[in-house]
Amino acid sequence: MSFSELPDKTGHFGQFGGRFVPETLVPPLEELTKAYLEVRQDQQFLNELAYYLENYVGRPTPLYHAERLSERLDGPKIYLKREDLAHTGAHKINNTIGQILLAKRMGKQRVIAETGAGQHGVATATACALFGLDCHVYMGEEDIKRQALNVFRMKLLSAEVIPVSSGTRTLKDAINETMRDWMAHPEDTFYCLGSCVGPHPYPMMVRDFQSVIGREAREQHFRLENRAPDCLLACVGGGSNSIGLFYPFLDDPKVKIIGVEAAGAAPLNKGRIGVLHGSKSYLLQTKTGQIENTHSISAGLDYSGVGPEHSYLKERGRIEYVMANDKETLKGFKLLSETEGIIPALESAHAIAYLEKLAKKMLHDQTVIVCLSGRGDKDVESVKGLY
Amino acid sequence: MSNLSKAFTKGKALITYITLGDPSLSATEKLVLDLVRAGADIIELGIPFSDPLADGPVIQASHQRALKKNASLADGFKLVARLRKKISVPLCFMLSYNLVYQYGVDKFYKEAARVGLDGVIIPDLPPEECRMQNAKCRIKEGSGIDTIFLVAPTSTEERIELAAKASSGFIYLVSSTGITGKRKSFAEDLKSLVKKIRRRSKLPIAIGFGISGPKQAAEMARLADGVIVGSAIVDLIAKKRLKAVPKFVASLRQAIDAG
Repeated sequence: MSFSELPDKTGHFGQFGGRFVPETLVPPLEELTKAYLEVRQDQQFLNELAYYLENYVGRPTPLYHAERLSERLDGPKIYLKREDLAHTGAHKINNTIGQILLAKRMGKQRVIAETGAGQHGVATATACALFGLDCHVYMGEEDIKRQALNVFRMKLLSAEVIPVSSGTRTLKDAINETMRDWMAHPEDTFYCLGSCVGPHPYPMMVRDFQSVIGREAREQHFRLENRAPDCLLACVGGGSNSIGLFYPFLDDPKVKIIGVEAAGAAPLNKGRIGVLHGSKSYLLQTKTGQIENTHSISAGLDYSGVGPEHSYLKERGRIEYVMANDKETLKGFKLLSETEGIIPALESAHAIAYLEKLAKKMLHDQTVIVCLSGRGDKDVESVKGLY
Repeated sequence: MSNLSKAFTKGKALITYITLGDPSLSATEKLVLDLVRAGADIIELGIPFSDPLADGPVIQASHQRALKKNASLADGFKLVARLRKKISVPLCFMLSYNLVYQYGVDKFYKEAARVGLDGVIIPDLPPEECRMQNAKCRIKEGSGIDTIFLVAPTSTEERIELAAKASSGFIYLVSSTGITGKRKSFAEDLKSLVKKIRRRSKLPIAIGFGISGPKQAAEMARLADGVIVGSAIVDLIAKKRLKAVPKFVASLRQAIDAG
């Protein structure tokens, strides 16, 4: 069976995924699945999405040959997929434009979302401002403190930012709170989820909207090199930028694919299978099944779980998942800034950090595409004191 | 007829929820005995979880307190075994699927049968997922452990059918959309929901989520076969008013019996 045919009708990727939610949410998820499967085939919807991706988001984003970085690392030819150049400065907007267009079509005026670092919150608030929908973003109190700039951006975009004080007061708890809100308002509310996690259809829908990254990269690479790349590299938190780049290459066995987790938040490397936020996947948890806290320099990767499709691809051995620690990441952050004049998001800097190791094992005539999922302006303040 | 179903035959059933280990394991044991003396027909023990999706702030906080005391599923089984020697009132666990999954689904049901647990409610395991997980979501007649599924105001006819077929013991009707916790208004279509369930199942129906006091309890009891009260009791525990719990539960009992 081909990798790209998943999930099955019930939302499973092998043993992973599914829909582990309270009964109240099952009917709204069924409604959403039905609506999404319809628009997926609807040329008018797809045209509208393509229009906004091109004219508003600024797609296609470039596939940029990073010559000085390639030279410095003395390995393969390095291409950067420049999602940092997308409107709002990260790949998150690809998904929110898609989901908010769908919300509009479903006649839902009220939009809710969770956010960790604030990137998805900003992308949701942006799409809601663009289409005139009401936006409410749940954000952990800890994250509100760490990401004041994004909180201000969301407010400027006329979104309401709702502080979450339960549990660890971070992304995990923001997701809980957003789901609880949806349970209280299932009829008029659209939950715009930011990563390829959660109950079916989110992992599939978010992947589909993000796979524009991989489709473009594939075409661009063919145009430049007349062949598929040898390797793909991307950071994995929930896993949406990575699955977006990887998905169109999954059935091409010659393309080596590597996902990089933050060492302090690495469920695929250090976790065990379990159920959180509506789906079965690898999780950081205690022996008895309590969810463990994570510790990463990058708020966007600070999550105990990961998208179920990644768990499946790990289990099947299709993707190799590795780790980069905070120190290596800061080195990568600086390296890309110095060699290419591009300040990466700390999330993306994890991929750059691993690239340093990977480059040694690759040949000069080979190519690697790195997903530069976002720009680093948001991180400059927090990184300042760390060098 | 299972012990759980039997608990509904004496009149309207009062089901009370507390969290295992809040404020401590020994306090939970004493509270269960208090609840029974005050007139509870079924005891629901919440097993604490770090991320209880279906619960409101009161029960979330209760889980956090219990986790600080390291209360675990294994403690829950030990407590049931101890309680079984003292009381015959049916005991249920309410817990998130991850706790069952990490414990091991087969081992979980084996242990449940061994200690004499009567029923299991797993709010984040809907019937179809339960079937696909090959979880023993429904133990065959005779083993004595019931699995209770939920019906919500959002449930379609097909889903009511699904829950009715998969459930044993009783059916848990969620009073309104939202999470557990006190609220003033309930879905107006509760009556018609009860009718829809009755057409598909002979099992007793208990209404829960947000029943805050005697008046509401009586009102809900009139609509169905039993009521489930959780947050209002846990709220007293949170305020360290453990001694007020029996009096409150007795007032629920009285209101329900008065009709």
